Amino acid sequence: MSTPAEASAAPHSRLSDAFAGAGRPLLVGYLPAGFPSYDGAVAALTGMVAAGVDVVEVGLPYSDPLMDGPTIQRAVDGALEAGTTTRDVLRTVEAVSATGAPTVVMTYWNPVERYGVQAFARDLAAAGGVGVITPDVLPEESGPWLAATASYGLDPVFLVAPSSTAERIAAVAGVSRGFLYAASTMGVTGARAAVASTAAALVARVRRVTDLPVAVGLGVSTGAQAAEVAGYADGVIVGSAFVRCLLDGVDPSLLAAELAAGVAASVVRGE
Amino acid sequence: MTATLPDAAGHFGVYGGRFVPEALVAALEELTAAYDSARHDPAFTGELDRLLHTYAGRPTPLTDARRLAVEAGGARMLLKREDLAHTGSHKINNVLGQALLTQRMGKPRVIAETGAGQHGVATATACALLGLDCVVYMGEEDTRRQALNVARMKLLGADVVPVTTGSRTLKDAVNEAMRDWVTNVETTHYIIGSVVGPHPFPAMVRDFQRIIGVEARAQCLELIGRLPDVIVACVGGGSNSMGIFHPFLADAEVRLVGCEAGGSGVATGRHAATLSGGEAGVLHGARSYLLQDQWGQTARTHSISAGLDYPGVGPEHAWLRDTGRASYRPVTDEQAMSAFALLARTEGILPAIETAHAIAGAVDLGRGLGPDATVLICCSGRGDKDVDTAARWFEVVSGEELRDAAEERAAVPVEHTDGDGW
Repeated sequence: MSTPAEASAAPHSRLSDAFAGAGRPLLVGYLPAGFPSYDGAVAALTGMVAAGVDVVEVGLPYSDPLMDGPTIQRAVDGALEAGTTTRDVLRTVEAVSATGAPTVVMTYWNPVERYGVQAFARDLAAAGGVGVITPDVLPEESGPWLAATASYGLDPVFLVAPSSTAERIAAVAGVSRGFLYAASTMGVTGARAAVASTAAALVARVRRVTDLPVAVGLGVSTGAQAAEVAGYADGVIVGSAFVRCLLDGVDPSLLAAELAAGVAASVVRGE
Repeated sequence: MTATLPDAAGHFGVYGGRFVPEALVAALEELTAAYDSARHDPAFTGELDRLLHTYAGRPTPLTDARRLAVEAGGARMLLKREDLAHTGSHKINNVLGQALLTQRMGKPRVIAETGAGQHGVATATACALLGLDCVVYMGEEDTRRQALNVARMKLLGADVVPVTTGSRTLKDAVNEAMRDWVTNVETTHYIIGSVVGPHPFPAMVRDFQRIIGVEARAQCLELIGRLPDVIVACVGGGSNSMGIFHPFLADAEVRLVGCEAGGSGVATGRHAATLSGGEAGVLHGARSYLLQDQWGQTARTHSISAGLDYPGVGPEHAWLRDTGRASYRPVTDEQAMSAFALLARTEGILPAIETAHAIAGAVDLGRGLGPDATVLICCSGRGDKDVDTAARWFEVVSGEELRDAAEERAAVPVEHTDGDGW
């Protein structure tokens, strides 16, 4: 939980506002920039927003994506082979955030360090980005990144996992802003038949230590699963299932509509 | 002070640390605690010593390479013979330590990555010995190029999983092993094969490999009554070099030189000389030097030696480089292969091509230092696995002859195959 001093020092967070203002759980949709092409990714993400995705997560394609399963690896390999660079990612953010949907970048750490930590935060903020998810950065190594994101009013989003102890959850929550990314299961990204039961338990543990919104990712691919997760989380993160649409040549906005209906259904049921 | 690094969070100066998914933190903490308790527990250290002596063949000898010395400006050339350790390289030192630790943590399953297959074979060996399940990830390219080592691992009971993502080489095998680990961490220990990865791996693997330097130091003092002037070892991830360097870090008069894979030459861009041609960055869980493009994407690397063909390097090496305590130089494919032939013809030792990089560097240093100098070389592995590459390089046999011989062998039903007699 943020201390009063931190809270008063921090500028307002567009992500927090989005979660607080919606009155319902949010649907977070991921695609990597540059796949199937620069324009293709922008069109897909824009269509997903029109179909009900609330927050956009633009993936920065990276050569060694440790947290990603085969579906996202394939798309990212394709994006890199096509020559996608960090600049293309920032352009994608600019194009997609023009829809009005809060847009964040999901990136492994090395491309940020290579671009320049301050420069990356500056250019992302200038492109209209509101936050960054960094799956391989721990609170222990986050010092320069927290300083850079704070200077440019970006929300640094970190992850918790089912294996995280209460102390770890508190440490991760202490450096996160906007929302907390709860990995539903021990593993990598990818659609699963069922969302792990560890997810609800993890969200409950997170709520004991922080007021930050909690979004659940890893394994969600259907409207029914989205509804289930929206029953206990503040956000539902879907990535591989959207990428799968692109790999199969299907319009991802159809899936976005199904997932958005699932999230909405959970609210109706919940009320 | 050198001897006390890394700090509690695994830093060697600005290098090292942990850059991993949060999901792995609990396992890394468990490993750190298990290793801290094990290394102070005589039951653990005693059992590791016993295996190193009675199973791995330690201590390995120090060979006074007199005919090689003639070619090296008369400098005394001392070879620390890790090639004589069980499975044919220094890799067994680390693997036995980590496999015992796996047992101690109560985990039944081990995963490992391998490039050329040396670490995979060593891991499969230790798992067979200790009754652990073993899965080895290996780039698909490498499984084709190293079919015999794949067979070796399978004969030892390991599953070998070809990795078909990314560049399909060692770095992708590491990625895939990490993905397996994050998924199966409750039951599984990841035996990393070098002084790379998130804390505590770089320090722990170094400690298990220190025995190379500890033995060599005593053997050198006994043989020549003083320390060597310079120590030379090859550096891919950097485990044999760190193992032989570390016990000498406080001996300022002893020069430490690491030989990296210069491939076709650092200027050509076709190489794997991370410390000579790379820059600081984060890969596979730690900050170190890295071969990368302008956007931070990991670069494709090249070396004739699969074991050195890796775009990263251990974080402690990065620190030794920056502080100047060790220096690193590239050795090209060509120079390494010449040294391979030289050692074979002067000493009757076929070194691993990885090791040949160190031999090349050592001969060059010996020529510069002259007859009063003593050069200690880590002879990290034997070259049996590389016979086919070397035979083709020197045109002792043609690729066609190798293919014909293989086809002829394969054409004979195995039940009719005669044993290999004299």
